[in-house]
Parts: sequence; C-alpha cells; structure tokens
Amino acid sequence: MTVLEARNVSKRFGGIAAVDGMSFSVAAGEILGLIGPNGAGKTTMFDLLAGSVGVSAGEIRLMGQDVTTLPAHRRLAGGMGRTFQIPRPFPELSLIDNMLLARQDQTGERLWANFTAPRRIAAEERAARDKALALLDLVALRRLADDPARVLSGGQRKLLELARVMMADPKVVLLDEPAAGVNPSLLEVLIDRIREINASGVTFVLIEHNIDMVSRLCHRVLVMASGALLCEGTPDVVARDPRVIEAYLGGTPA
Amino acid sequence: MIDLLGYAAFFTSSALIFALITLGLNLQWGQTGLFNVGIAGFVAIGAYTSAILTTPEAADRIGGFDWPILAGWLAAALVTAAAAAFTGFATLRLKSDYLAITTFGVAVVVQLVALNAQGLTGGPFGVAFIPRPFASLQDQPALFNFINLGVIAAVTVAVYLALEHLSRSPWGRVLKALREDERAAISLGKSARSYRIQAFAAGGAVMGLAGAVQAHFIGFIAPNGYLPTLTFQVWAMLMVGGSGSNKGAILGSIVVWAIWVGAGAFSAAVVPGDWQARAASLQIVAIGVMLCLILLWRPQGFFGKRRG
Repeated sequence: MTVLEARNVSKRFGGIAAVDGMSFSVAAGEILGLIGPNGAGKTTMFDLLAGSVGVSAGEIRLMGQDVTTLPAHRRLAGGMGRTFQIPRPFPELSLIDNMLLARQDQTGERLWANFTAPRRIAAEERAARDKALALLDLVALRRLADDPARVLSGGQRKLLELARVMMADPKVVLLDEPAAGVNPSLLEVLIDRIREINASGVTFVLIEHNIDMVSRLCHRVLVMASGALLCEGTPDVVARDPRVIEAYLGGTPA
Repeated sequence: MIDLLGYAAFFTSSALIFALITLGLNLQWGQTGLFNVGIAGFVAIGAYTSAILTTPEAADRIGGFDWPILAGWLAAALVTAAAAAFTGFATLRLKSDYLAITTFGVAVVVQLVALNAQGLTGGPFGVAFIPRPFASLQDQPALFNFINLGVIAAVTVAVYLALEHLSRSPWGRVLKALREDERAAISLGKSARSYRIQAFAAGGAVMGLAGAVQAHFIGFIAPNGYLPTLTFQVWAMLMVGGSGSNKGAILGSIVVWAIWVGAGAFSAAVVPGDWQARAASLQIVAIGVMLCLILLWRPQGFFGKRRG
C-alpha cells in the first residue's frame, strides 16, 4: 500500500526549478532514503510534502487523499509528521510541554473548552503525559522531562524532535538529516529507535548525508540532483551507480 | 476619615478598571505578541454597547432597551470580541506593523463614529443615565463607593483567574509555542492564524468588558473618554508591570494610575489657575518619565520575564 506519493511535483523560485517534476511513491512500512548533493532540492521536496511551501505544479497524495493544497498545520493530523534539518524544539518550554504540544485534536486547545470541560481536559492531559514520558524514556531523555529544551545538546534535540512527532501517532515521518551533528553513541540510539518505530508500522522518509546510516536503515534510496530524480534502488546498487558518483563529485549532470 | 477611605475606594476602583484593560492587552501582547495600539477603540465599543443596551429611553438616540446591567456587560464583551476578531481576520496574518496600523485606524474610526453617529451614540454629548450597580445605595456615598469597589474587584479577580487558567491550559501552551517557534508549531498541527485571532478576540472581550464596567461605574460616557491617551496609559501600565504577567498587569495599572492621579493633583495644587489646562500635560510627562526609569532599570517590568 502506498502511504505517500508525489506526482510530477515541481517548485519554481523565480526562474529556478528547485524541484523539477519529481514523482515517487512511498510504501507502507518502508524506510526510504532521499540523498543527493547539496542544492539538489531535497529539503525543498520535504517542505513541499509537509506543506510549508506550496507546489508550483503536480500533486501530493497522503494515505490516498489529495493533500496538495492542505495547509501545513493540517498534515500531521492527516498522518504525516516531520522533523527539521536544524531541530526546532521550543527552547523555553519544558521537554514534557514540547511533547504535549504534538498531540492532535486536544480538547484543551479549544479556548472555551477550558471552562466547560475541565475534567475531560485533565484526563486527556494525564493520558498524553504518560505517553510523553514513555516516549521520552525511549529516547533516553526522561530524566530531563521538566527542564527547558534549551539545555539539550544538538543530538538530544534531534531525539526530542523524533519523540515529539511520535506523540501524534503519524503514519509517515519525514526526517531531515537526523544524523547531522549527532555524536556517534547517540547516533546508535537514534538508529535503533528509528528501526523500532518502523517495526511498529511507521513509515519513514529520510534525507541523509551519512551513507553508513542510509545503508543500514533504508530499504530503498532515491537520488536527487538538480531538482530531479536521478536514479533509485537499494543502497548498495545506488552507491555504485556512476551517475550518482558523477552527481556528487562532478557538478551538474547533463 | 470616612471621606479618605471613600476616596481610596474610588481610586482603587478606577485603577482596577484599568487593570482589566491591561489584562486584555497582556493576553494580546504579553502572551501572543499582537501589537494593539487601538485599545481605546475596543474599550469604547464595550462601553457604548453596554450603555446603549441598559439605559432608559432617550429622545435623541436609539435606546430604551433597559437590559439588566450584567446582560449589558456580557453583550459588551461579545460585541467587542467580534469586532476584534473581525479586525484580526481582516489583517490576515496579524503581523506586527500591519496590525498596529489597522488597530490604530479602528480606534480612530470608533471614536469618530461615537462623535458623529448621534442617533446611535448621542454624539458629542455622549450617553447619560447609565444605570449603576446597587444604585439604591447612592444616598450613602461611602458604602456605595465600597460596594462599587467590591463589584469591580470581583470582576477583576474573576478575569484574572480565568486568564491564569487559560495561560496554564493546553490553549495557553499553544500560544507559547507559537511565540517561540511558529514554524515548528505549525508542523505540529497548530494553526498560527486561528490562535492569533482567538487571542486577539479574547483580549478584546476583556477590554470591552472593562469599558462597560467603567461606563457603569461613572454613569456617563462621551467620545472624549476614548482618545489615544487611554491607549498610551494602558501600554505604560503593562510595560511597568511586566509584559507577559497577569499579576504585573494589575500592579502596573495601580502604580501608573497612582502616578497619573498624583501628578494631576500636584499640578492642580501648584500651578496657577489660568495655566491649569496646559499643566495637565504634566501627567503625560510623569508617566513618560516613569516609563524611561523602568526601561533603564528594570526593562522587563516588575513581574515580567527577561527575554533572551
């Protein structure tokens, strides 16, 4: 089953096509790698999938629904979460509050309900809190639960973002360079957690430059260059493809 | 002695009405970062709404609805919330400068409508005979002052508690998140625009309620009660008390109002009679000096948090 699909998606900034006619689909349960040299359009592709940037042409389908024009803030409830290349925790909020924010459809986020349904809100908060603590435990951050997120190291921020997006029970998660700036021992934790979460049925798409991580995690890899799909295949097939080597080392492909 | 206590009650009542307005601004600016420089307009909308709905029939304007006071106050909050929501909606993303200009414009328009739409607002003569709570006790001035203070304090406490409850609620958590990192909050499913409009409308409701309470406290309103000076005073109150803190909003209002009244009394006592009208500007000077001192020595105000 296809959970996420891009059909001929393009994004132009002025005369430059950052993403140029990308088509691919992501099957339920897979870990798909998106690689390519800097400036290939990978992050723009993510922004298009996540809805934070609108497409110039093409169509994006999530769980079989056309979500091309669905605003970014509705896509997590639709089943797609994302993390950022440079993690964006809410620095002054505690880790637990960071986590609680990712819960979808909370009664307590409706202004008036805070006066009319306090008990229901308290019950929801308790349940969400338990879930948040369990997820923080999973990424080894539970002991910092009440500290503000600004105390975290870069790698811990990546782990917090992963745990945070899991609060929403997404079907598919876009990870933008999860390994960047993460120290080796924390990276092992991260890889293990992604595997575990994937085993529980969550699909991942990840942008990554760490080829070791890509080959260990990804079932399939897409290579982007100059905004277009260059080739795809299993990690080792792609790594040997001369076009890929050319794209990384030799500037612009013809 | 009784006179002095009576005056203290009167002073505190006036200060607490300002505290209400400042609480509304704190929700908009302190907690959400919405730059409202049209406070006077929203206060006026609330005041006129309740005044028109509760007063007995008048010859020269619409009226005679004779609603109970509480119903008038509720209507004031709702109508002002709607006006604020519309203003927020119209300025789309409610980004700082656009919103500031728009709210300033709204305040000017409201004031001009109050001044000119005689059939609705009574024009320059305003609306008189606004019913006062517990009016039957009016012949015992001291007791009446204290009862008024009690009513106003009760409203202030109720609004304060409601706002504290909201700022600790999941709703308040979303406002904090949006202020810290809007893009991340959107990626977590929060609509920045919807929450901004909600916060702006809720803050507007509190301002409208404050306007209504004030109208019924004085018993008379006129367009010149809603000039930009009011907006300036309320901003000074929030800055002094500490933006972001509801406690600060209340304390700042009392302090700034004391300086305002004190400076007025001082200039009335010292300045010769024919210079009095001009000396009134000293009040604004006093508040300005106070603001400068606060910004120099404690830029976050009494209760505010320092921003990194």
